[in-house]
Amino acid sequence: MQSVKRIFITVGVLPFLLVALIILFSLAESRFMTLSNMMTVSRQATYLVMVTCGQMITILCAGFDLSVGSSVALTSIVTAHTIVSLPHPAGGITAGVLVGVATGTALGAVNGLTISLFRVSPFVVTLGMMSVAHGMALLVSGGVPIFNLPDQFNEYLAIGKLCGIPVPLFVASFVVIGIYIMLTRTRVGRYFYAIGGNEEAARLSGIHVKKYNCLAYILCGALAGLTGVMLTARVASGEPNLGAALPLESIAAAVIGGVSLRGGEGSVIGAIFGAILIVLIRNGMDLMNVSSYLQMVVMGCLLVFAVVMDQFRLSLKGR
Amino acid sequence: MPDLALKLVNITKKFPGVLALDRVCFELLPGEVHVLFGQNGAGKSTLTKIIAGSYQPDEGEIFIHGEQAIFESPHDARIAGISAVYQEFSLVPQLTVLENLFLGREIVKGGLLDKESMQGKAEESLKRLEFDLDLTARVADLTRAERQMVEIAKAFQEKMSVLILDEPTASLTDKEVKKLFEIIRKLKSERVGVVYISHRMDELRKIGDRITVFRDGKYVDTLEMADADEKKLISLMTGTEYTEVFPTLTHTPGKPVLTVQGLTTASGLRDVTFTVREGEIFGIAGLVGAGKSRVGRAIFGLERITAGSSLLFDRPLEKMNPSKAIKNGILYFPADRHKEGLVLCRSVRENQTLAAVPLFEKGPFIDIGREKSTVRSLIDRLKIRPPHIDQTVNDLSGGNQQKVMLARGLTRDIKVFIFDEASCGIDVGAKRDVYWLLKDYAEKGMAVIFISSELPEILNLCHTVMVMHAGSPCSTMPGSEATEERILAGCFGYDFVNSAQLEIRDDLSGRTVAANAPSQYH
Repeated sequence: MQSVKRIFITVGVLPFLLVALIILFSLAESRFMTLSNMMTVSRQATYLVMVTCGQMITILCAGFDLSVGSSVALTSIVTAHTIVSLPHPAGGITAGVLVGVATGTALGAVNGLTISLFRVSPFVVTLGMMSVAHGMALLVSGGVPIFNLPDQFNEYLAIGKLCGIPVPLFVASFVVIGIYIMLTRTRVGRYFYAIGGNEEAARLSGIHVKKYNCLAYILCGALAGLTGVMLTARVASGEPNLGAALPLESIAAAVIGGVSLRGGEGSVIGAIFGAILIVLIRNGMDLMNVSSYLQMVVMGCLLVFAVVMDQFRLSLKGR
Repeated sequence: MPDLALKLVNITKKFPGVLALDRVCFELLPGEVHVLFGQNGAGKSTLTKIIAGSYQPDEGEIFIHGEQAIFESPHDARIAGISAVYQEFSLVPQLTVLENLFLGREIVKGGLLDKESMQGKAEESLKRLEFDLDLTARVADLTRAERQMVEIAKAFQEKMSVLILDEPTASLTDKEVKKLFEIIRKLKSERVGVVYISHRMDELRKIGDRITVFRDGKYVDTLEMADADEKKLISLMTGTEYTEVFPTLTHTPGKPVLTVQGLTTASGLRDVTFTVREGEIFGIAGLVGAGKSRVGRAIFGLERITAGSSLLFDRPLEKMNPSKAIKNGILYFPADRHKEGLVLCRSVRENQTLAAVPLFEKGPFIDIGREKSTVRSLIDRLKIRPPHIDQTVNDLSGGNQQKVMLARGLTRDIKVFIFDEASCGIDVGAKRDVYWLLKDYAEKGMAVIFISSELPEILNLCHTVMVMHAGSPCSTMPGSEATEERILAGCFGYDFVNSAQLEIRDDLSGRTVAANAPSQYH
């Protein structure tokens, strides 16, 4: 019992949930624990993992980004629009990818600058941005998906393999390793933790708090942009409603993975497992034919549950 | 057997990885002031929190007037007549004084708050305490001392048999302390038992009846206050032979390092001029609000400077901000280590190197190995306990936290250190380590600005003392010529050299300055 408590205090509720759910789904649904299903899960998880990596950076800095979903939608529309309006497929795809990532980055920069320069709360700024970006996606697309993307787009970025690894998995691994190194081994990561843990202490230690706070949102935006591009390739069309569930799912993933909403605490590994957990739950419920409406209810509960457990963990730690 | 207000038997309390209290026994007589004494982390606060019901003991029993009591919450303890005033405030800043006084025990009439009778009761108790507080003021707008008064008044709202006071005088003026002591004496006559925590010897001598010393979560000894001299207490507390708290300064300062000329800020500093030399410990004394902290903050770029200049060696320092100041070799340690000094949820290692991360970089990456070995040697040197580099700072005691923050200066090349209340709220053992660290810095040729509200520190530790009064330096003297009288006079705006001339009367109370010195100077 003591060791269970110790695991809970150090890493949180995640390992318990993961084990419980895998057992539950394996018993309830024979197709769950198959290799092909696990491949599907890992494919699905890549997108949420990337967004969660960005989200966790803003949470480490004691903020969060509600606009990641809308950024994905706007990126999707901008990318698709760019690709279809250029005559040459390969050139169009390259341009589309770059413009897409740039769009996400730009939205992140606006978030970051507004938050750090005008000292507005991340809640208000990113909530506003959520509406702005989604509105722009609808405006540009007229509310309808953009079809007729070249087949290569989908083949390269969604189905294709690189060194035997599916491209989305490849890209996500690259992102994860990069963020991991940044957070554990570089000045930038160290400063993110310090700013989230105690902004005043960070400032008095000579850290340029505004700059790094802003950078957190830019990185989050860039990763949302990259995810938007990858998701667009996967659905093979520019979708103005893409990624609507991402803000909730990415915050839930990070928090379940032990990233503290108070800032300054958490690891990439935890956040990734949080994301995988959420995808597993969705996948298990899909297999069991749980309706998507009920799935929304479950996801919402999960987020609140994660925060409650985080709070509980903190109180155990304090005793 | 005498009737005991409170009796604790074999109380044990464990936190993850720490045995906070180890079979501790404690007895409190009605009508006595019983002092708890020990280093930070010795278990005093944990014990008071168990008495007040905030923590539950893992083992052991509590008896109130001979009857066993089990407190599930502070509410239970309050019903049993136990009130507590903590070091950290338990007030809601957004609410008014009145609302705070009755928080959790509002008087209700017909489902609505009975403001009038609450106001009446509050006025009555404030009058009894002789506290001058505006009941309609928001707590957020009050000074620290005023908040402390609200905190005390809150505890006094109830009928009680045990009162716990945890560093109650930390931010009160002498006048307010006197009043508090009068009230404590009155409570004693009403047979209330008082558990009192403080590190201030003079104060303990004035008010304490018995004193119990703790060390590392264990009971050490209980003495009559009259038999307890400082040396004896310190050796009981640290478990080692008493050694000198203040180091002797043997070296002489060298050439000027920092020259401040006519510094004036938007926040009320006026025309501050002084020079700090190599290896010099330059003390800045003054009352709360005299601006002594602001001097340090202004040099570090935390205040808006409207006039004046500062020179580091011969280079002017212009448009400073913390990051620029550190690059220039100036480092400021804030008075409030929790609010501004430390990232509590991060490790000792990350906190110690926070101001010097770029210096540990190899290419784009931090050289963790080198960082760890640097931090390890600092922990050894400063005797930080427990000596784990990856422990979160939150889990350390106050004294060790302070050492972690102050060690930050050792990780990079600093020429001017500014210490703001470096020994605030830490025990004597840790204080001694901090003073020796200061001496160490100075002997290495660094200029040390030492801002302090503790008169003994100023008198014993400084080459030069500057006394601030109402935003300006009032007097500056060599440490060898600094006397208690002269510094206190300076605090009230008088400069004199001969202590025989002390005939100055404080305009507010009419008492002599020395007699009415603020408690922080006792």
